[in-house]
Amino acid sequence: MARVVVVTSGKGGVGKTTTSASVAAGIALLGYKTVAIDFDVGLRNLDLVMGCERRVVYDLVNVTKGEAKLSQALIRDKRVEGLYMLPASQTRDKDALDFAGVGQVIEELKSQGFDYIICDSPAGIEKGALMAMYFADEALVVTNPEVSSVRDSDRVLGLLDAKTQRAELDLEPVKAQLLITRYSAQRARKGQMLSVEDVLELLAIPLLGVIPESSVVLQASNQGTPVILEESTEAAQAYLDVVYRFLGQERPHRFIDDEKRGIFRRLFG
Amino acid sequence: MRFLDYFYRGRRKSASVAKDRLQIIVARERNRAGTRDYLPLLHQELLQVIAKYEDIDLERVSVNLDRRGECEVLEVNIVLPEDAPGHDAAPPRRVASGLFNLGAQS
Ligand SMILES: Nc1ncnc2c1ncn2[C@@H]1O[C@H](COP(=O)(O)OP(=O)(O)OP(=O)(O)O)[C@@H](O)[C@H]1O
Ligand SMILES: [Mg+2]
Repeated sequence: MARVVVVTSGKGGVGKTTTSASVAAGIALLGYKTVAIDFDVGLRNLDLVMGCERRVVYDLVNVTKGEAKLSQALIRDKRVEGLYMLPASQTRDKDALDFAGVGQVIEELKSQGFDYIICDSPAGIEKGALMAMYFADEALVVTNPEVSSVRDSDRVLGLLDAKTQRAELDLEPVKAQLLITRYSAQRARKGQMLSVEDVLELLAIPLLGVIPESSVVLQASNQGTPVILEESTEAAQAYLDVVYRFLGQERPHRFIDDEKRGIFRRLFG
Repeated sequence: MRFLDYFYRGRRKSASVAKDRLQIIVARERNRAGTRDYLPLLHQELLQVIAKYEDIDLERVSVNLDRRGECEVLEVNIVLPEDAPGHDAAPPRRVASGLFNLGAQS
């Protein structure tokens, strides 16, 4: 059964698109047919991060409005088999998407045999973000160890519990897991940054993983490569761990402590 | 950092790749003042037509707007896919290309 996963945060610029690209690529690498959908209407970005911007011909809005077939808008990744992306529209009309149209597209993706549908949410808690989360079965809540990001994530958790189809139909709630990105273990140890423990205590949802702050992320997006494909870098390994955990495998948490025997190693290692 | 330098040695600097990619995509999306505002749409519709031919890689299609003296010229280049197997070694790359004179900008 296909799973719809929203990558969301409230706050902007915390790493949702970076995460969507890498998680989608990672899931596909492990053999599942996966599509990443860009919901950031007017500020399309996922195509750049995935390196397929020149192949965008039709977008999600075109499909919901019947101007193009889904197959015409889906872009097949050249590097990873089974990986596809569906671009956002560059229109300035913020009401270009409607729930019914998006629901139809998701149903069609399911009937085409997609195993995972990853929805890259825009920032904010307005209609665009609500649209991206509405059909979700699961959520990856992307948070930076920083006060406004944590507060926004908390608000988003409230929306996942109230404003999704699962909430409206009284189904099992959206399964939300936390992804802390741009983390510096060193700064957390020095007390200059919220620690993983702090963030977990505040948000009280399961930790899916911690992605360290890394210059490789920028280099990868310059090239249009999901960073998870930059094998043997810390960021790629951290994302790969996340993908394995997401798919149900146990993996010890890494990149949390810069000391060998920190509390998290003892708890999770 | 030394590890990263090693890792990226031999590749183009990622920032220059980023710049090239952006120049292409920005030119495609921008409504430049002084040029005809249907150009982004024309570009998009050209791509829609070309995309019907699934063999053609859209990354190897370029649409450029140039000035030649008083005139604006739209230049379209399409690198056609290689021939089917059985062809002589190293066939010449086939390029379909067209120049559309848009006339002088008023
Ligand atoms: N782990 C990381 N280390 C370093 N930089 C990162 C990391 N993750 C993301 N970034 C950088 O942070 C910036 C924002 O990332 P991204 O676009 O993924 O965020 P976003 O949440 O999708 O933003 P928006 O809310 O605008 O959609 C980018 O420049 C990206 O390269
Ligand atoms: Mg984004």
